Amino acid sequence: MIPASFDYEVAESAEHAVSLLAEHGDEAKLLAGGHSLIPMMRFRLATPTVLVDVGRLDDLRYINSDNGTVSIGALTRHSELEHSALLAESAPLLASVAALVGDPSVRHRGTLGGTLAHADPASDLPAAVLALGGTIVARGPGGDREIAATDFFAGYFESALADDEMIVEVRVAASAGGWNYQKFNRRAQDWAIVGVAVAEEGAGVSLVNMGSTPVRASAVEAAVAAGASAADAAAVAAEGLQPPSDLNADADYRRHLARVFTERALKAAGVA
Amino acid sequence: MTMTDDPATHMGSHRLRREDPALLTGEAQFIDDMSLHGEIWVGIVRSTEAHATILGVDGSAALEIDGVTEVLSGADLAPLWGEGALPCAWPVTDDMRNPAHLPVATSIAKYVGDAVAVVLADSRYAAADGAAAVSVDYDPLPAVVDIEAAVAEGAPLVHEDLGTNESYTWPLIPDPDAVDEAFANAAVVVGERYVQQRLIPAPMEPRGVIAAPGVANGELTLYSATQIPHILKVMTAVTLGIPEHKIRVVAPSVGGGFGCKLNVYAEEILCCALAMDRGVPVRWTESRSEAATATIQGRGQVQHIELAADANGKVQAVRVKLLADMGAYLQLVTPGVPLLGGFLYHGCYDIAHYSFECTSVFTNKTPTDAYRGAGRPEATYAIERAMDSLAVAVGVTPEEIRSRNFIAADAFPYESCAGLIFDSGDYQAVLDKAVEMADLQSVRAEQARRRADGSNRQIGVGFSSYVEMCGLAPSRVLASLNYGAGGWEAATVRVLPTAKVQVITGSTPHGQGHETSWSMIVADKLGIDPDDIEVLHSDTAISPTGLDTYGSRSLSVGGTAVFMATDKVLDKARLIAAHQLEANEDDLEYVDGAFQVKGTPTAAVPFAAIAFAAFTAHDLPDGMEPNLEAHVTYDPPNFTFPNGTHIAVVEVDTDTGNVDIVDYVAVDDCGNQVNPMIVEGQVHGGVLQGAAQALYEDAVYNEDGQIVTVNLGDYLVPSAAEAPIYRVASHVTPSPTNPMGVKGIGEAGTIAATPAVINAVVDALRPTGVTDVTMPASPQTVWRAINEAQGGAS
Ligand SMILES: Cc1cc2nc3c(=O)[nH]c(=O)nc-3n(C[C@H](O)[C@H](O)[C@H](O)COP(=O)(O)OP(=O)(O)OC[C@H]3O[C@@H](n4cnc5c(N)ncnc54)[C@H](O)[C@@H]3O)c2cc1C
Repeated sequence: MIPASFDYEVAESAEHAVSLLAEHGDEAKLLAGGHSLIPMMRFRLATPTVLVDVGRLDDLRYINSDNGTVSIGALTRHSELEHSALLAESAPLLASVAALVGDPSVRHRGTLGGTLAHADPASDLPAAVLALGGTIVARGPGGDREIAATDFFAGYFESALADDEMIVEVRVAASAGGWNYQKFNRRAQDWAIVGVAVAEEGAGVSLVNMGSTPVRASAVEAAVAAGASAADAAAVAAEGLQPPSDLNADADYRRHLARVFTERALKAAGVA
Repeated sequence: MTMTDDPATHMGSHRLRREDPALLTGEAQFIDDMSLHGEIWVGIVRSTEAHATILGVDGSAALEIDGVTEVLSGADLAPLWGEGALPCAWPVTDDMRNPAHLPVATSIAKYVGDAVAVVLADSRYAAADGAAAVSVDYDPLPAVVDIEAAVAEGAPLVHEDLGTNESYTWPLIPDPDAVDEAFANAAVVVGERYVQQRLIPAPMEPRGVIAAPGVANGELTLYSATQIPHILKVMTAVTLGIPEHKIRVVAPSVGGGFGCKLNVYAEEILCCALAMDRGVPVRWTESRSEAATATIQGRGQVQHIELAADANGKVQAVRVKLLADMGAYLQLVTPGVPLLGGFLYHGCYDIAHYSFECTSVFTNKTPTDAYRGAGRPEATYAIERAMDSLAVAVGVTPEEIRSRNFIAADAFPYESCAGLIFDSGDYQAVLDKAVEMADLQSVRAEQARRRADGSNRQIGVGFSSYVEMCGLAPSRVLASLNYGAGGWEAATVRVLPTAKVQVITGSTPHGQGHETSWSMIVADKLGIDPDDIEVLHSDTAISPTGLDTYGSRSLSVGGTAVFMATDKVLDKARLIAAHQLEANEDDLEYVDGAFQVKGTPTAAVPFAAIAFAAFTAHDLPDGMEPNLEAHVTYDPPNFTFPNGTHIAVVEVDTDTGNVDIVDYVAVDDCGNQVNPMIVEGQVHGGVLQGAAQALYEDAVYNEDGQIVTVNLGDYLVPSAAEAPIYRVASHVTPSPTNPMGVKGIGEAGTIAATPAVINAVVDALRPTGVTDVTMPASPQTVWRAINEAQGGAS
């Protein structure tokens, strides 16, 4: 398939990118790794008339850890998360989730900012950031603002970002407790049919592809907090959720999978 | 003849493929890499309806787009082809119904993807934009989607004028009474129904066409990503009435085909017709989504198979009734595909009585046609699944039921109940080797342990013993099946003045490695280096005679032609050498690339000297023509019959239904091997393609005939990450049919793997009460099968 025609601008800095967004309004889109946007354009599900390429902003590619907070630049590639020794120590859930995104070529192009902004409920890293209770730093014409991950995902492929805002950084608390990620798919390169991220021994649990956004499994978190076993906590994993139906799984099967993988993830994260 | 790892010979060695450097560096030229001066692009407007009357085509919005020059409806284009419709070369019965199939529909669209209008533009982008902007007014008609529903009373009709959805019925029942009697007397009868889902071939390179006219002389060069340039040339001439000698067809590098490029497509005829009409090159490149419906699909059958056996599980008769989905039209060999399986439903078993009947059915879907294995994977699936059911009914292991029924090693040549003469084989030895490699005892011990524990990771072992008919095909046999061409293959071996060699082959590689293999064959015979041999192909101006590549025929038919042409060259060279040595030709032997009087290496004439002498013609035997070149057309006396046993070991997660192939053993007998590395590659790819049908791939249509799986996100072609670790071995029984003793390996893996994997899944689920799973055995499908078998929620 062939995308519709568009203009292309290279951003020199995050500020420049934001000003270009402000200039072109909702006709413009940021281009980071391009591994979600370009496929959408090829299917003509997205037809931006201006692409603002932020993929060369190397100063937004970093992973730092300071005073119990891990800060990650928005243009950091999935493969950099996957292979970061610092992350393996301070937020191992993120590193291990990154390693399960797509295939190596996807991981070398896709960025953390891009996958969060794209807000695909089937994506892996958004759920991990959610389970970790992370914060998203957005830059707009008026400066930076912090958005809690729990407030960030607004709907199906919709985030709390304004049209002229760009994610510049993602912050998570350095974690120590047991964690695990379960990703269920049919081919290694595919999105999750269902995924479950567990952080801090069940204090943070989130689900992939179980609704219109990545979702916090609050019922599971509450059950764990109240001392329930992994099996009992997992039994409420799909409570209140309206998962999608597609070729791989209908809603009922998805609910079943959410329970199975929540139990497995909780156990692997150290919940008895 | 022996083929060994002896470094002095090339045949039998793991020689690296000479094709790969150009492919890996991007130097190889595919259709879409080419461009011709003055070319125009075609964009095709495809039906979004499965079945609808075309009320009107409005191109006004498209014509506003920069670069779009014309919008043409089917009616506008009709004069370009006149009476000429897309060809079907295989009218399997005299009364077969074959509706006229125009390259672009004029009044009724018959499937989603059917071409209904054409946009001409100055770029591919403009052509795509233009095609998207054309609006077509449809009046929907009821769609025929399911083949069983299609033959039910009162079903809507795909082709109203035919009065039925049936194209033909083809029976192969040598002795009906004997079959009935066998069933009447059987101690055990097994009856099963299997569904072969439709598959999308999905080669790496979609199709592409450039038609370039030679205006001054009425010539036409057709570049196409095709497996069959030679057949395409004839068919283009016949369809469009262009004199055949004015047509040249070139297949540049072709990125795989799996049978789907064994066809004459609407876009080829369309581009040729437009090029001749407009006097400029006309081109089209298929998009991946377009390929889902514009290129033929594979499989699409509902199979009913019954086995009549005695109490020991010895099968006396097999009875098969098949419904085969043709799709909306008959493409080049659509109707013949089920017949290629129709001779093989008894598998590799010595079964006395045979009954096969195929009813082929039109539906409002993309036409089906040959897809890797073409009929034989379907047949193998049915018999191999049914043999496992029989094993359960009789209470023996799958390997035991097979052993009790195998054609014995000393029975070859063996005349099958379907009337074929099987060439050679030792099916029991092959199975024994596979069993040993699979370490069946420990696998079964682990299986028993997990069953006893009620583990949520159940293990299953699946067998598949197969035999296939390859080397298509003896021309007379094809005649008896009403096929519209022969099955021979041609080769020329041309020795150049400097003793370098050109091999011109009529078979048409699109990934198989002919250049490597053919050069090895010739190098060994001539005693020269394979690098001194060039293999030319896939251009009818260079290789004018040939019947192309499909049906695992290249080596056993095309390679044999090369082998024989090389012999002919050597015969002539021998005469020249005898002349120079003033010796009797019968006293000469050819050793290390030189003729010598037997046992006298001192007086030897090297090949290079003979080549040069043939070129100068200064001193040749009286009456001999100059130059050293030979042409052979080889018509095989019989098919070849590769066979093997594959064993899949799977682990099923009974909580989720997920299936993992944890071990895969393949033992194949493809006769002698020219290049075992290429053989292994064919097995690896073939097995994954077969496993893909078992576990992943499915061309899904909804009840309105809309296809749902139009991209590779939804149509699950597995990748290397899903591939099992293959353990591959061979057992060689040379085929007596051809001088190299080769059989063919291009389709074997695909034929064997599907039933091996499904048999393994069913074996794993046996404790849950599951006796069959539909393909593909996706996690959801398996999970539901378990729930249903256990009477629980589904
Ligand atoms: C074959 C394939 C398989 C994949 N498999 C998976 C998988 O298994 N799991 C998974 O989670 N993902 C998967 N992906 C998606 C991949 O992870 C994407 O790269 C990622 O989702 C988006 O990141 P990107 O940098 O490529 O964003 P882009 O595609 O460049 O952009 C995506 C969207 O985000 C916006 N955007 C980008 N950067 C920013 C920013 N800094 N601030 C604000 N908006 C921004 C863009 O404007 C656009 O709307 C796969 C992709 C492919 C092609």
